[in-house]
Amino acid sequence: MIQLVTATGTRVSHPEFDRWLEDIDAERLCALYEDMVVIRRIDTEATHLQRQGELALWPPLLGQEAAQIGSGRALRSDDFVFSSYRENGVAYCRGVDLTDLLRVWRGNVSSGWDPFEINMATPQIIIGAQTLHATGYALGIQNDGADAAAITYFGDGAVSQGDVSEALVFAASFQVPVIFFCQNNHWAISEPVGLQSRVPIADRAPGFGIPALRVDGNDVLAVLAATRIALDRARTGGGPTFIEAVTYRMGPHTTADDPTRYRDANELEDWAAKDPITRMEALLTHEGLFTPELQAGVAAKADAVAKEMRAGCIGLPEPEPMDVFNNVYSTPNSQLERQRDHYSRYLATLAGAEGSN
Amino acid sequence: MSTMTFSRAINAGLRKAMDDDPKVLLMGEDIGKLGGVFRITDGLQKDFGPQRVLDTPLAESAILGTAVGLAYRGYRPVCEIQFDGFIYPAFDQIVAQVAKLHYRTQGKVRMPITIRVPFGGGIGSPEHHSESPEAYFTHTSGLRVISVSNPQDAYSMIRQAIACDDPVLYFEPKRRYHTKGEVNENQDLDQMPSMESAQVVAPGTDVTLVAYGPLVQTAREAAMAAADEGISIEVIDLRSLAPIDFAPLEASVRRTGRLVITHEAAQSGGLGAEIAASITERCFSYLEAAPVRVTGFDVPYPASKLEKHHLPDLDRILDGVDRALGRPNSLSGLEG
Ligand SMILES: Cc1ncc(C[n+]2csc(CCOP(=O)(O)OP(=O)(O)O)c2C)c(N)n1
Ligand SMILES: [Mg+2]
Repeated sequence: MIQLVTATGTRVSHPEFDRWLEDIDAERLCALYEDMVVIRRIDTEATHLQRQGELALWPPLLGQEAAQIGSGRALRSDDFVFSSYRENGVAYCRGVDLTDLLRVWRGNVSSGWDPFEINMATPQIIIGAQTLHATGYALGIQNDGADAAAITYFGDGAVSQGDVSEALVFAASFQVPVIFFCQNNHWAISEPVGLQSRVPIADRAPGFGIPALRVDGNDVLAVLAATRIALDRARTGGGPTFIEAVTYRMGPHTTADDPTRYRDANELEDWAAKDPITRMEALLTHEGLFTPELQAGVAAKADAVAKEMRAGCIGLPEPEPMDVFNNVYSTPNSQLERQRDHYSRYLATLAGAEGSN
Repeated sequence: MSTMTFSRAINAGLRKAMDDDPKVLLMGEDIGKLGGVFRITDGLQKDFGPQRVLDTPLAESAILGTAVGLAYRGYRPVCEIQFDGFIYPAFDQIVAQVAKLHYRTQGKVRMPITIRVPFGGGIGSPEHHSESPEAYFTHTSGLRVISVSNPQDAYSMIRQAIACDDPVLYFEPKRRYHTKGEVNENQDLDQMPSMESAQVVAPGTDVTLVAYGPLVQTAREAAMAAADEGISIEVIDLRSLAPIDFAPLEASVRRTGRLVITHEAAQSGGLGAEIAASITERCFSYLEAAPVRVTGFDVPYPASKLEKHHLPDLDRILDGVDRALGRPNSLSGLEG
């Protein structure tokens, strides 16, 4: 497993990976730190909003900040992301509007943003399905002769899905510019990763003819370097890469889950010691960068973002009743138009009945 | 106008669509060098190259799933499912992704994907090669489902399906691939009757008989046979299974007062049930008899030596017509 920063924050050199990080100066290192703190704040704020009844559900990414920021920050704007539901950190890197991020979890819409505005598909709930979408998109990139890449995010549970295996087959056969980014957070709801795979997940990819990298997913620099290596391969006609980022889901599966029913508190403690943000703080301390100014600046940014997001969430207008019929098709559909017409007549009778009271 | 087989007509329609739009590409199993097991894509890889006519690895979910990604990238994939019974591995991608993405994204993402499905029986095949799975898809909001019954429609409607910005399942009656007909290839898309319209293919006054796909021909033969006995059957080719174009059905039933629907698919929860219920809702006071369904049985598709019992044929359709007319029939004397 590739690691460039130890759990106690010591930078270790790596013959192959270091050269992919030459541009990471003090300022960029601090920016990565800020991203991780901000996204953790977004995540906790959203969890609070759910507890306060403002969101129907939220899938926390607590503990996975380095995996998401390190990979998300490696991407170019013309790359395209196909993720699951948990990659809110990646969406943040893509520049998602904070209100758009929450729209879907409040239940106002089925998905929150325009995929073509930030070149990221909206969250995929069907486990593994998006790996095929990324592969097809990459096939399109290849046909277009472009040098962009597609990246797909999925979990350790997803690797048992047929769609993921099929995506690996297609990607290898057609040698398309796609990155399979697996966040092994050790749990698929209550099922431990050992139930999905008897071998390290990354070991599967070579069997499909796809090179794999297994990185410490709580080490933002290792993740950034690995993603850059994979992107470079994709852009230069080298085909797909599989990255397993070994990380840990420190929170529940979603706000509806109770992990005390299935996992040992000691395990959480072990992983808390490898927390990606405290690790980054230790590294910055070693480098003499963890100054009060940095801390104050980052805290202020996180506060501002959380405040903006909360206000956006609470201010969302309720959807209109007739919205339920919109956009099933791109052009009118006679059978559906009839149902729309009948329902609007029905609503009108209710309004009339109210009026007569 | 030229005379061509049903399968040639689909081929010609695909070729025209590919000529007209460089974003159209075909994907499927054995569709390249071989030209598909039914030769529908014959010669297309040779002329358009392997980037536009892709032989895919053998995985139906991946064919549809990668088509979704291609659609995100601005392509118009046309996916061939080799046989009806092999569409099920792709069911999840079709129902959970292809059908829903436009709605999920409030219209931001379009899925102009065409899914060609050779369907239906009558060719003496083993299991999984003769099925009629259309109702699974007509039940799924977000999909358009059409079925063609003659070479002209095969040609026109494949072009319309590909040009459509919504996903379209295009059901091809494989037992009719070799029938010939006149095809006008010189029509613009907007000159053709909409692929969503039902059409009266034989006018009549006593009974309305609705069919689609392979059974349109059988229905027409039944109408001719009935004419010899002085019974006038109006045959309607449904063409679009989702949405259904009810207007011509309603107009016909208001005149005839009697409705028979026939399809190869099993009866329960099938298209016949939907049509019978809808026409009853819309034309109740015009009906002079309960709608009648003449369909495949509620059984897994049987062995080929038994399929002649399962498939509605001319005589079973006429028996249904007799029931609708209150004439002596196989169920005379039975209550309910
Ligand atoms: C096809 C499918 N089956 C089951 C589910 C229910 N489900 C939602 S998340 C999940 C676990 C996924 O685990 P993993 O892939 O490790 O991702 P993580 O949640 O850990 O990010 C399951 C079983 C689903 N969404 N889709
Ligand atoms: Mg997991």
